[in-house]
Amino acid sequence: MKRTRQDETPPQWAVSFLRWYCHPRLAEDLEGDLYEYFQRNITEKGLRRARLIYAIDVIKFLRPYTIRPVQPLTFLSRFIMLSSYLKSSGRNLVRNKLFSFINIAGLAIGMSVGLLVIAILNDLLAYDQFHEKKGRIYRIITHHQEHGNPEMKLASTSVKAGRQIRVAIPGIEDVTILRSGFGGDAQIGEKKIPVEGKWADNSFFRVFSFPLVAGDPKTALNEPYSLVITEQTAKKLFGDDNALGRTVRFDSLAYTVTGIAREVPHQSHLRLDVLVSFASADATLGKKQPDLYNWDNIWQNYVYLTLPPTTTPAAVQPALDKLCAEENKALHDLKLTVSLQSLSEITFSKGLNNNIGPTVDPLWLWGLGGLAFIVILSACFNYTNLSVARSLRRSREVSVRKVIGARRSHIMGQFMTESVIIALASLLIAFGLYIFLRKEFLSLTPEITEMVSLTLSVRTMLYFIGLAVVIGLAAGFLPAVFFSGINALAAMKTRLAFNPGKRFGLRKVLIVTQYTFSLIFISTTIVGYSQYKKILHFDLGFTTDNVINLKLYGADPAALKKDLAGLPEVKQISQSMMVTSLGSFFGFTMKYQPGDSALVWENRVDEHYLPLHEHTLLAGTNFTVRPEKGQEREVIVNQQVLKRFNIGGQSPRNAIGQFVTVDGQKLAIVGVLKDFNYGTLEQKIDPVMFRYTRSEPWGFLNLKVTTDDMAATLVKLDEVWKKYDKVHPINARFYTDQIEAAYSRYAIMVKVIGFIAVLAICIASLGLFGMVVFTIETRLKEVSIRKVLGADEAGLVYLLCKNFLLLLLLAAAIALPVTYLLFDKLVLPRFVYHKPIGWGELLIGSLLVMLFALLMIGSQTARAARINPTNVLKGE
Amino acid sequence: MKGTNLGEFEELVLLTIAALGRDAYSVAICDELERYTGRAAKLGVVHAVLNRLEEKGLAKSYLGEASATRGGKRKRFYEISQAGKVALVRSREIRETIWQHISGLNLEGLS
Repeated sequence: MKRTRQDETPPQWAVSFLRWYCHPRLAEDLEGDLYEYFQRNITEKGLRRARLIYAIDVIKFLRPYTIRPVQPLTFLSRFIMLSSYLKSSGRNLVRNKLFSFINIAGLAIGMSVGLLVIAILNDLLAYDQFHEKKGRIYRIITHHQEHGNPEMKLASTSVKAGRQIRVAIPGIEDVTILRSGFGGDAQIGEKKIPVEGKWADNSFFRVFSFPLVAGDPKTALNEPYSLVITEQTAKKLFGDDNALGRTVRFDSLAYTVTGIAREVPHQSHLRLDVLVSFASADATLGKKQPDLYNWDNIWQNYVYLTLPPTTTPAAVQPALDKLCAEENKALHDLKLTVSLQSLSEITFSKGLNNNIGPTVDPLWLWGLGGLAFIVILSACFNYTNLSVARSLRRSREVSVRKVIGARRSHIMGQFMTESVIIALASLLIAFGLYIFLRKEFLSLTPEITEMVSLTLSVRTMLYFIGLAVVIGLAAGFLPAVFFSGINALAAMKTRLAFNPGKRFGLRKVLIVTQYTFSLIFISTTIVGYSQYKKILHFDLGFTTDNVINLKLYGADPAALKKDLAGLPEVKQISQSMMVTSLGSFFGFTMKYQPGDSALVWENRVDEHYLPLHEHTLLAGTNFTVRPEKGQEREVIVNQQVLKRFNIGGQSPRNAIGQFVTVDGQKLAIVGVLKDFNYGTLEQKIDPVMFRYTRSEPWGFLNLKVTTDDMAATLVKLDEVWKKYDKVHPINARFYTDQIEAAYSRYAIMVKVIGFIAVLAICIASLGLFGMVVFTIETRLKEVSIRKVLGADEAGLVYLLCKNFLLLLLLAAAIALPVTYLLFDKLVLPRFVYHKPIGWGELLIGSLLVMLFALLMIGSQTARAARINPTNVLKGE
Repeated sequence: MKGTNLGEFEELVLLTIAALGRDAYSVAICDELERYTGRAAKLGVVHAVLNRLEEKGLAKSYLGEASATRGGKRKRFYEISQAGKVALVRSREIRETIWQHISGLNLEGLS
């Protein structure tokens, strides 16, 4: 077989690598030696093997004695040069104050958002990392599959699942069962303090590492009526007294404090406050409601387990599946399956209901990270743009360096060092901005404060510096490549090292990109805000104006009502079990024809509720007053119920008097309501019924008030409230405020995007301003000559502006359709009920930004056009 | 410092250098060692030993002429230095002294 010489060479990368690392004294003969063996191996083992062996040998020769020593001289010269680089960078910064300001300010603005994202990520990733067994802790999650309904995933599971896993599945280290919903007024002596807590069994402290400052973790949760409380709760209940061994009464039961836990770190998805031994739940709840231990009682219990170090969750799954299959046999139309979720995934759970502790959707993080990335990128664009644009001056410095003997790598090093230093300088400003941003971000909603604390640590500081260095490298890369590629001779000879027009293509693209993003952000903000306002004022089918919902905590509604009715501001009072349109649901199964049943959402109200909220009755009447103890007989439904069950041919008039079965009772339809939004606007209108209630001590009082002085009215309400409930502070809120709160996450989104929009516009404007100033500077002579030859000012302004205007129009032409599609296809379909996007709201943001840009360009060009040409030209 | 003591393999390499005379360069030394000992001598091992011998001052090296067979790279030839010669002779003397103290009985039946 004939081979060309080309084929017979050893792998080129291996040769280069050898030459790179090998001590120059040894390199030549070693390369020769390896080549000799390579030749031998070709004949003995074939070319492919020979090349492979060569490469392996090169790597094997990487030993201490063959490695090229670091040459102190090169090191030293770099170090000496560093001070020179610093000096020339510093001079440049000072000489071009405007450009330096644009660069540093832009980078600082972008970076501050980056810092915030880093701090958030750092906090979220630290969740639950303090547990000793963190890698081995898993939570049991439940998949709830009801026949004909979509699957529902729950973070909770049944007590039975926990107990069965403990006894039936071998090879699991520990299982602990928690139950949420313990609550009541803790009575200590004469004091009453409302507390909330969880039941937990005695393996709890074996699974989780929550250290106790007093009490024995092994036995603290063994006995019925034992409590473990945190230091803070202990302080709240007992002040500075020793709490261990003390008694707390809940109603008639006495609980003993058997343990005091150290304050739980902020980054824990479990907040302890009060832990009650599970044996107490057995003794109280279990006795009264045996269904606590049912397989399908999956709503309030949480099971955590630890696996031995060698076991994977996949190895346990078959046993879990078997267990579920066995238990599901007893269920009709319902399948419950359980699976394991690792501890580190809990904070990032997606689509899980009944979550315990704060969770964050990873999509949200990606969104925030993406926005930060775009803003940072925009700031980097400015840096690149302005550096390359100003290369006219720097190119001579570079050519002198090159002529003296700088290599390409030296020049690259110089420019990268410079950009990193500028980035580090920006970091100082960015950090100040970050402190401000952090405060604003944390005050957005209580949930955010609940989720992250954003405290500073050495680690986050190091990340911050890391980010600054990376940004510096990214921003400096293109200029470094560009400057190091300058031909020294050409640059010295022709004054113009390059043709400014040639590079303008890249700069145009960068400007258009920046403005496109800025315009998308600003129009998204404005459209988003106006849509949000439209949502808040959406006609829900009833009125919420001037309605205050007062939450009751078991106080006697009748007496309170009587007292409140005495206030002149309160015009009407009604009672309801819940407040609709806020996203809470409560439902019962309704039957009409035999064999046909469906879940119907409900609210229980008194006879004043419907008139107070101005619900529209299409047919029939309101509830008739009936005594509390009497048999329930009446129901008022909405149109959807008629549609779902086809009652009375869907005609409201005919439906009156028909009977439906709810909760085992036959109820007559006495009224039909016009459809209204029981859920939020994201959900479509479902069948809804109103049932009569006379007294709802755990529900709400709805007060219709008319007053000019809201604050005074609220004070009066509070005075009345205090007479009836001394434990709980008054919880009275305007219905409109509650609706606003129900959509608060959209308000937050609008705020965040709006803020990012402002930053993006700042950066883009800074960049554009820099480019305008630079362009005018370079074209000043051209302008002067044109002026001498007779051009008028308006024409000159137009000449100078034209290019930038085209770029801005192009950016708008991209940004506006993108924003429109974003809302039309992605955001608004989330809401079943919404209003269309208005042209005004879409355009106004872009117009404002364009106007601002125009002013900026116009003022600069007008100044240039007005300059006396003799001043410019006489220097020639 | 390890001192000037000769390791077993170092001694073999040094001897081979002596045996090869003016042709002692790495690849030839490997081949020759393989021939003497019957074991494969890896270039990596021999190269490291040669380097160590030179560091200890037991061997000297110089670059020869370029040749086409090695892709135009020169060979590095090795020769024993005065110290190397002393070390070899001394190591042989030690061995012979010990040999003289071995009574014939103890090695009977081996050869």
